Amino acid sequence: MSTPLVEVKNLKMYFPVRSGFKNLLLKAVDDVSFDVGRGETLGLVGESGCGKTTVGRTLLRLYEPTAGEVRFDGELVTGKNITAMRKQMQMVFQDPYSSLDPRMTVEDIIGEPLDVHHLCSNRKERREKILELMSYVGLNAEHARRYAHEFSGGQRQRIGIARALAVDPKFIVCDEPVSALDVSIQAQVINMFEELQEKLGVAYLFIAHDLLVVHHISRRIAVMYLGRIVEIADSDELNEHPIHPYTESLLSAVPIPDPDITRARKRILLEGDVPSPLHMPTGCPFRTRCRFATEQCAQECPGLTDRGGGHFVACWNR
Amino acid sequence: MNEKLLSVQNLHTSFFTDAGEVQAVNGVNFDLDRGEILGIVGESGSGKSVTAYSIMQILADTGKIVEGKILYKGEDISKWSEQQMQGFRGKCCSIIFQDPMTSLNPVFTIGNQLTEAITLHTEKHGRDADARAAELLELVGINEPDKRLKQYPFELSGGMRQRVMIAMALACEPDILIADEPTTALDVTIQAQILELMQELQKKLGMAVILVTHDLGVIADLCDNIVVMYGGRICERGTAHEIFYNPRHEYTRGLLRSIPNVNNMKKKLIPISGSPINMLNMPKGCAFCARCDSAMKICLTEIPEELWINDSHKAACWLNVRDAFEGREAGK
Repeated sequence: MSTPLVEVKNLKMYFPVRSGFKNLLLKAVDDVSFDVGRGETLGLVGESGCGKTTVGRTLLRLYEPTAGEVRFDGELVTGKNITAMRKQMQMVFQDPYSSLDPRMTVEDIIGEPLDVHHLCSNRKERREKILELMSYVGLNAEHARRYAHEFSGGQRQRIGIARALAVDPKFIVCDEPVSALDVSIQAQVINMFEELQEKLGVAYLFIAHDLLVVHHISRRIAVMYLGRIVEIADSDELNEHPIHPYTESLLSAVPIPDPDITRARKRILLEGDVPSPLHMPTGCPFRTRCRFATEQCAQECPGLTDRGGGHFVACWNR
Repeated sequence: MNEKLLSVQNLHTSFFTDAGEVQAVNGVNFDLDRGEILGIVGESGSGKSVTAYSIMQILADTGKIVEGKILYKGEDISKWSEQQMQGFRGKCCSIIFQDPMTSLNPVFTIGNQLTEAITLHTEKHGRDADARAAELLELVGINEPDKRLKQYPFELSGGMRQRVMIAMALACEPDILIADEPTTALDVTIQAQILELMQELQKKLGMAVILVTHDLGVIADLCDNIVVMYGGRICERGTAHEIFYNPRHEYTRGLLRSIPNVNNMKKKLIPISGSPINMLNMPKGCAFCARCDSAMKICLTEIPEELWINDSHKAACWLNVRDAFEGREAGK
């Protein structure tokens, strides 16, 4: 079997936090493992604070992970080779307003990765490459000399995507790339992601909280809760036969834009709020809100087990 | 004739900025019946929130109702003085905002803020007001209400804060509750809790609700009737069924095609081309014509009138006029 493009094993990211006189550990990502195939899209969903963004950032070593390893194309990603690795792995950020330098022109923003990695030998080549990238994402050549503030949210996100594509990466972490955009613009950007994947064969880790968007774009989906992956499966399988009680209620809570369907189904409401990651419950992190919680859940945290057909679930009772 | 609870007639609201007059709301009409849930949907800048704020007269200093009437039980409240409006707000009509974090005052306890509304608008004072506040918190599903009353907003989670906001809005049992993107800042599972709560309270207390949101999913879930807005005008209105299954305005159609839904998962989305309009530079004709794939010549110059599609459905699109005309020609 060929190796997957990106392999994440037992990734942990703890942040030290001072709370009063106590030093606490915030376990943002706790023992997360998954892999992403070539040209594949893996969706990563979860509520705010579940650690999905941290997973994406730790993967690219924007944070130094506490433990665990990331392999790209079989090669271990370390602090030493990360600069070279970022030629293969890139990121698109959530907020198209703060992720672009307001003092740089579009040309310089997209050209910066080319300069950092010495990918162009002369100015003419650089300029051509930039224009090619801009046409990929549907920007006109005349936009090259403008500044980021002159663009709308959707166009800015296109600039961010062009910047990520500049180094010809094989893998892009997309951190909530459409959530800051208007509904009518979201579809344009989602389609562009899909078209770029068909054309360039790039793989995505698509992080988002909107389950319908993630379902639309991803082949497989991983669901996170409080720093752990609780379920990972093929996207249709996950939507039709969720096994983990959290996934189940998450799916039932998504408002579907179709009155008949959405009014006919039954919501499985979760009690209460997500516990603070500073004071995690013992055992399974979901047990405080789970309908099926038993004694065992309080003692031991379940690991992901295979339920057949690549459907992995971390639950003792289902 | 049965008198409407609230009737907005030909409302025009503008903001006078340095860059010129921004006509945020441009001739909006709608009626609200007792106990009805009305959804106003549109993207940012469509004028949906400004419509809601105009009803409450809580516009920013630069904003002004230029024209039109807002009739509440037959009386035109748009002409009311600030003092009269203070009696109206909270007691007859209250509002909950998008961000529960910034709409609560961080330096006062939950109890302070809740009892303020109660003492201002009702006869209850002191202990009675406290008791009423605790009762309200219980109503919105907050446990240990007596403890919560002494807490500050930062001690509560986002979902809890939104519950407090709802409790505050319901303090004087208003006839109308305006919810401006009430769940946009919340997580999906918390959103489900809040929507369920709003539905439950609406049934229990029988108030009318105006739900302002950009989320078609939330609209589909809750609303009896829907108003679709674009560029400060209403492009389509009707029952939830009509709007979702028989859209007759190109913008509504485009919007429904462009969002991922259960039945288009494997298909490509069809986006609406172009970008949202600049309110400073409104087109002469239909606001949507620059982004409309089936725009005709007349769309550029003439603003379409709202036409009845059937008993429970109206749309403002020239295509409907053409269809009707062609239908008549064919019938001859």
